[in-house]
Amino acid sequence: MNCVFSKREWLLLALSVVLLVFVLPALSVTGILPDYLLALFGKYLCYSVLAISVDLLWGYTGLLSLGQSVFFSLGGYMLGMNLMLMIGKLGSYARDGKNPNLLPDFMVFLGHTFLPWFWRPFHSVGFAAAMVILLPCLLALCFGFLAFRSRIKGVYFSILTQALTYAVSLMFFRNDLLMGGNNGFTDFKTILGCDVHAASTKRALFICTSILLLSVFAGCRWLTRTKFGLVQRAIRDSETRVLFSGYAAANYKLLIFVGCAAIAAIGGALYVPQVGIINPSEMTTERSLEAVVWCAVGGRGTLLGPILGAILVNALKSWATQKFPDQWLIFLGSVFIFVVLLMPKGIVGLPSQLKSIWASSRNRAEDGASASSQALPPPEKIEGAKA
Amino acid sequence: MPLLPFLRPLLGFAAAFCFATLAAHAESPRVAIAKAIVTEDADEQVKLVGSLTGSTDATVHDLLTAWKEGGTFICTAPSGLLDAPEGSKLAVQLSGPKDADGKQAATRIDTGESLKNADGSAARLLCTDLDAADTSSDLRVVMHSVLELFAIASPDPHTRFNAISQMGLSQDPAQLPVLLARQSIETDSAVKRALREAIAQIQLKSSDSAVQIHAAQELGVLRSLSSRDALLQLATDSDVAAPTVAKAAHAALRLIEQHLSVVNFYGTLFRGLSLGSVLLVVAIGLAITFGLMGVINMAHGELIAVGAYATYLVQNIFGAGVELSPLGYPIHFRGFNAGAAAYDWYFVVALPIAFISAAIVGLILERCVIRFLYRRPLESLLATWGMSLVLQQLFRLVFGANNVQVYSPRWLSGNWTVFDVILGWNRVFVIGFAALIIAGTWLLLNKTPLGLLIRAVMQNRNMAACVGVRTERVNMLTFAFGSGLAGLAGAFLSQIGNVGPILGQDYIVGAFMTVVVGGVGSLAGTVLSALAIGISDQSLQQILLNPVLGKILVLTAIILFLQWKPAGLFVTRSRSLES
Repeated sequence: MNCVFSKREWLLLALSVVLLVFVLPALSVTGILPDYLLALFGKYLCYSVLAISVDLLWGYTGLLSLGQSVFFSLGGYMLGMNLMLMIGKLGSYARDGKNPNLLPDFMVFLGHTFLPWFWRPFHSVGFAAAMVILLPCLLALCFGFLAFRSRIKGVYFSILTQALTYAVSLMFFRNDLLMGGNNGFTDFKTILGCDVHAASTKRALFICTSILLLSVFAGCRWLTRTKFGLVQRAIRDSETRVLFSGYAAANYKLLIFVGCAAIAAIGGALYVPQVGIINPSEMTTERSLEAVVWCAVGGRGTLLGPILGAILVNALKSWATQKFPDQWLIFLGSVFIFVVLLMPKGIVGLPSQLKSIWASSRNRAEDGASASSQALPPPEKIEGAKA
Repeated sequence: MPLLPFLRPLLGFAAAFCFATLAAHAESPRVAIAKAIVTEDADEQVKLVGSLTGSTDATVHDLLTAWKEGGTFICTAPSGLLDAPEGSKLAVQLSGPKDADGKQAATRIDTGESLKNADGSAARLLCTDLDAADTSSDLRVVMHSVLELFAIASPDPHTRFNAISQMGLSQDPAQLPVLLARQSIETDSAVKRALREAIAQIQLKSSDSAVQIHAAQELGVLRSLSSRDALLQLATDSDVAAPTVAKAAHAALRLIEQHLSVVNFYGTLFRGLSLGSVLLVVAIGLAITFGLMGVINMAHGELIAVGAYATYLVQNIFGAGVELSPLGYPIHFRGFNAGAAAYDWYFVVALPIAFISAAIVGLILERCVIRFLYRRPLESLLATWGMSLVLQQLFRLVFGANNVQVYSPRWLSGNWTVFDVILGWNRVFVIGFAALIIAGTWLLLNKTPLGLLIRAVMQNRNMAACVGVRTERVNMLTFAFGSGLAGLAGAFLSQIGNVGPILGQDYIVGAFMTVVVGGVGSLAGTVLSALAIGISDQSLQQILLNPVLGKILVLTAIILFLQWKPAGLFVTRSRSLES
């Protein structure tokens, strides 16, 4: 516990800091790395942050939340509100002189003439940044308090978070919420006074995302190595025993749930200016489940796994949706079934899994016919988390 | 002819009219109409047509309608026609396809037979050679009243009902005598009620305030929803001039408003029941796979879609056949081209086929994936989601990304109005069908050997295995049964909504909620929670006038409800610490 990182890990961490914060942006400045690729990487890093938040809940605490996409997009929406207000005079209605109060375009389109009260404070970036964290945390706190207090766990928690996601997305799809309805927020012009489309802004955003990802990684690494992390894993493996040992499991779960909401929200806030759009289709259950897929593919219960999974699956998606748009979903679904059935530890756990298969097959060769049924490890035996 | 005394002032004819009608009536209606068409004398025309008043002969209706719409012609007979001296005038209708010269076959109106040449072959006439039979405005008035009377004298009570309601809404005082006359001989109770309503509606226009007050009271007693506007109009018109009339109108309006709220209440209740039944049908399969087996089947929605697409295929095989081209390989299903009557029964055939096809798909899923995951429910959630992605994309590849068209059979598309509450047949059918499915499932689980095995395995898998139950096989059958129920739900949803690749996604959250609220593993709980969710959803929609907000509130309510009863309505008690 007193030694969070071994020497080798320090080295790896330092290397990735150099790579993400200095080398890639520098390559982009010199023009070796095209701008669109850097933006794409930035998107993947945001997804990685989301994946870590899913993994901290699912892999470490045994809570499969299907609501992480809500927190991710809520964070994005909060920053998006500021970006929408920053469009100001550059909006198409304002240029035609039809928008004296400088409302976001979709409001003018809906026939509003005054900015609604809850939009006004978002002129300040600081307020927007605070809301990025506060609002998702508040939602997570309320929902988590209710859910954990009545000891809703396992699949019921998943189903309930699914309902939460459904309800919130329904709400954001409505026009009278004044959050852009179906189309959400888009057409951003400036962030903190800089042009969002400028290469330098994109590079800065990429560096911010890298720093966020690395610090989330380091922070979670530290957290999972503390006693808190131990309790967390104990809750995953047997919540009843944790309760019997005198721990208030509900409070631990609530804290971790709120924390993960905050992590996802910050990831979402950085995602929006890089991608340039946020709409309610980002907060559907499918999005949450996709993030769960990344974790499963990369290897849950580890912190490197989700990052690897998010980057790999998304890179694969970017490639396959262009090459094989029709077969892509079949492929994704099959990969998922395959991973769940045969690779419960994901890519990160693959070496040890192969090693054990190798060892058992060698044993069998030595023992002759005695151990015939162990060729493939039955999935039940290598399971990590159990609901 | 009991109608005649009333008709006389209405039509405004001389007393001689009576004799004329009696005399004319000796002839058949066809002859009278033919004569009326041919004659040049407008009064004579009016008399002849008026003589048909009260006739129940369908030809009168057809011919007069044709005449009004310019479909009858006067033909000056050329030489060589059978039974028609050259130069005489004949009333004819043209029918059939035009030949190369633009000529059509002709029917003589007076005999109803086709016009023949002397040698017996059919004579053909050119439309432009003939004079279309004209109608004067007087004549049109007479025709109109004859036709309306024809409708209210129709042997079909439904036609009578519609005609009378229409007359009431038009509030034309000229039609009052006709209605009064009909009232004295009407026997059908629904039509009688419509007559009272229509008469009172017309009387609202009366100049006598006593009649008006009486009419308003009558409408109030009848709880006539259709006269709300007329009463409102009366109340505002006579507010100053005749306060007593306005008072009566207001009193009637109050009664009607009360009735309206009752009707709305029952309407909402009915819609809620039917929505609840839909939820129930969707959730019952899930109650088996999730409730009894503990498998979180995210592909349940796709199993529903399998059932819906099976219905689509059956429909097309009954009809003209269907071409599919999955992955570029064309598959052609030949259709039977069944006639309209047989085609309407495709749905009955589709139900078992939807059940079987979804059960087969479910069986495959269980054998290939789910059986490895019985002890890992969270992972079964993920794997089944993977399957749902694959299935969705397969639907897109096979049936196209757009919705396909499934037509409701005729016996499912009508309405049924009970005390002003409109009950759609398909919704009534949903409710009945849900009740049947529940009864069937209950019988299977509680009264059959298989049900006994299913319950044993679900309660304690290991113990069941110890006493010799083949748990693997029971699991397989249970899952297939649950999937089959999903297929039935799909056949069903195809009748009330769109059929597309993501059909199931719309219902899956609701279905999971239903099972969780009802209490996992309890059929009774599922039934109760489905109905409760359906009814509260519809009532909230009615109150908030906003379907989306209603849905959100229901979801919030469910989350709060689970605070109070975390294990749902009906708790399955168990001694195990971690269920």
